[in-house]
Amino acid sequence: MKQTLTLALSKGRILDDTLPLLAAADIHPLEDIRSSRKLIFDTNHEHLKLIVIRATDVPTYVEYGAADMGIAGKDVLMEHGAQEMYEPVDLEIAKCRLMTAGVKGAAPVVGRRLKVATKFVNVAKAYYAEQGIQADVIKLYGAMELAPLMGLADKIVDIVDTGNTLRANGLQPEELIADISSRMVVGKASMKMKYRLIEPILERLQAAVVANRPGQEGGQ
Amino acid sequence: MTLADRWLLPDGVKEVLPPEAERIESVRRQLLDLYRGWGYDLVMTPLIEYLESLLTGTGHDLELLTFKVTDQLTGRMMGVRADITPQVARIDAHCLHNTGVVRLCYASPVLHTRPAYLQASRNPLQLGAELYGHDGAASDVEVIQLMLETLRTTGVRQAVTLDLNQVDIYRQLARHAGLDAQQAEVLTEILQRKSLTELRSYVAAQVADKQAAEWLLALASLNGDVTVLQQAEALFAEAPAGVRTALANLRDIVEAVQQYSAEVDIYIDLSELRGYNYHTGIIFTAYVPGYGQPVAKGGRYDDIGRVFGRARPATGFSADLMVLVALSDQVEVELPKGIYAPANPDTLLSERIAALRVSGERVVAGLPGMSDDPRELRCDRQLQWDGERWQVVSLAN
Repeated sequence: MKQTLTLALSKGRILDDTLPLLAAADIHPLEDIRSSRKLIFDTNHEHLKLIVIRATDVPTYVEYGAADMGIAGKDVLMEHGAQEMYEPVDLEIAKCRLMTAGVKGAAPVVGRRLKVATKFVNVAKAYYAEQGIQADVIKLYGAMELAPLMGLADKIVDIVDTGNTLRANGLQPEELIADISSRMVVGKASMKMKYRLIEPILERLQAAVVANRPGQEGGQ
Repeated sequence: MTLADRWLLPDGVKEVLPPEAERIESVRRQLLDLYRGWGYDLVMTPLIEYLESLLTGTGHDLELLTFKVTDQLTGRMMGVRADITPQVARIDAHCLHNTGVVRLCYASPVLHTRPAYLQASRNPLQLGAELYGHDGAASDVEVIQLMLETLRTTGVRQAVTLDLNQVDIYRQLARHAGLDAQQAEVLTEILQRKSLTELRSYVAAQVADKQAAEWLLALASLNGDVTVLQQAEALFAEAPAGVRTALANLRDIVEAVQQYSAEVDIYIDLSELRGYNYHTGIIFTAYVPGYGQPVAKGGRYDDIGRVFGRARPATGFSADLMVLVALSDQVEVELPKGIYAPANPDTLLSERIAALRVSGERVVAGLPGMSDDPRELRCDRQLQWDGERWQVVSLAN
């Protein structure tokens, strides 16, 4: 039986940074991913297919073995708890920081539990536990900045890029939880059964990452 | 309570209907016969026992998988077995007083509080074989052979990938690097993810000795086909003796497996550390295409017997029989057909039915007032009175 490979890509902002890296690693989709409404794409390699899905679904596809490899942000992997996969290559794209933030000049919370709004529930719980703080975590799906303003939460845990949205709403970034970048993940079973196909791709991607670093020839 | 509440099973809890049940049972019998042929004696461990004996010496993961109840007689905590291996180790260490080699096998259901992985069932049918009392590659090779034979017998015919590592290589390197238990645990977790970025920064921060750090870093990329062994031997030529011994042990096992099972694709992965806190030597895992999880796995665990009063060298493997049967490409088992007996109080008929059943036939008795279609009862023949006696006649199509 001929082996095939499926690589799951995260939709959205990460995708724009991913495609040039893939191209540098000699992986070219046969159609323009950004303008097509398809979800599965053939590539210049007969055995390699790309699928484009929501970032948060990437670890699920890889863990179930529905995709052999995936590209996802470290934030997504931390939240998912990526035990069943390897993350051999740091793609060094879509860099940002996972941070706590709060209302500027707010008085510290005393005498009751800290309330934290976030879509990164597991990360937030683990982070505050490490700090020795028992926090009540509230799951939200968007517009975290609103939560402290409306009294729903004291702090938020979110991705911070420039910090402009925070400042526009009277919030300030506070503690750094983790530096985030996109990672190449590989399912454990896929790696063990298909390493002959996967290893060369990882090597080419790693080389593309190095070439893409600022200051390198051909870098941005 | 809605109607659905009365028939829905809990998530991840499976039941087996005919004809699947017949198939699983038939494979179970074949496998137990196979193990008997290799000299493995069957044990039946209790469904429930005290937590201390179930969980001592095993990992935290197993504790989370175990359902717990209070024993009303003693007030102590009991657990429903989530893994049979520790029970069998207890039996060898404490109940059998053999000082020689003991070979045991089992096939029984276990229960998990939550699926062990995404597509896992919470009530797998665990089957396996364990070998106690021999320390050396030969017993590991025997157990690996038996695991591969299990896959063949079950009809899992896809190309099998056998993943191998010797965890002592990492253990000795971590000790040499001066890592304490806490640090080694963090490093184990990073290596399991092969996250090179994190590995580099962690090792740089925690390991002062440059050579020791380099050796630890090398582990993450030492994976692939058997040529990895040569690379590792070259890299670790100056490493502590324990590392080289472990590596030589790995090579012995790999070569023996290659000799007996040339069709198996061997993958060596020196950073595979599954079950690191109780495995003490070789660990091995079988993968087949189309299933994103191990289908069978095992390894050496020499220390577990100590907590039961007698440390014994130990090696073994286990698998979920339900998964094996689901992956098997064996043609559907043809269920045995039978003979339909009409409802009739004639004693000659009951005598004939009894005789047929003794001879191994499947005889389905009709019940008064029912107009059965014998074919629906999976019968291809029926009993008919020919004026002298009850005759088995074939059913017209």
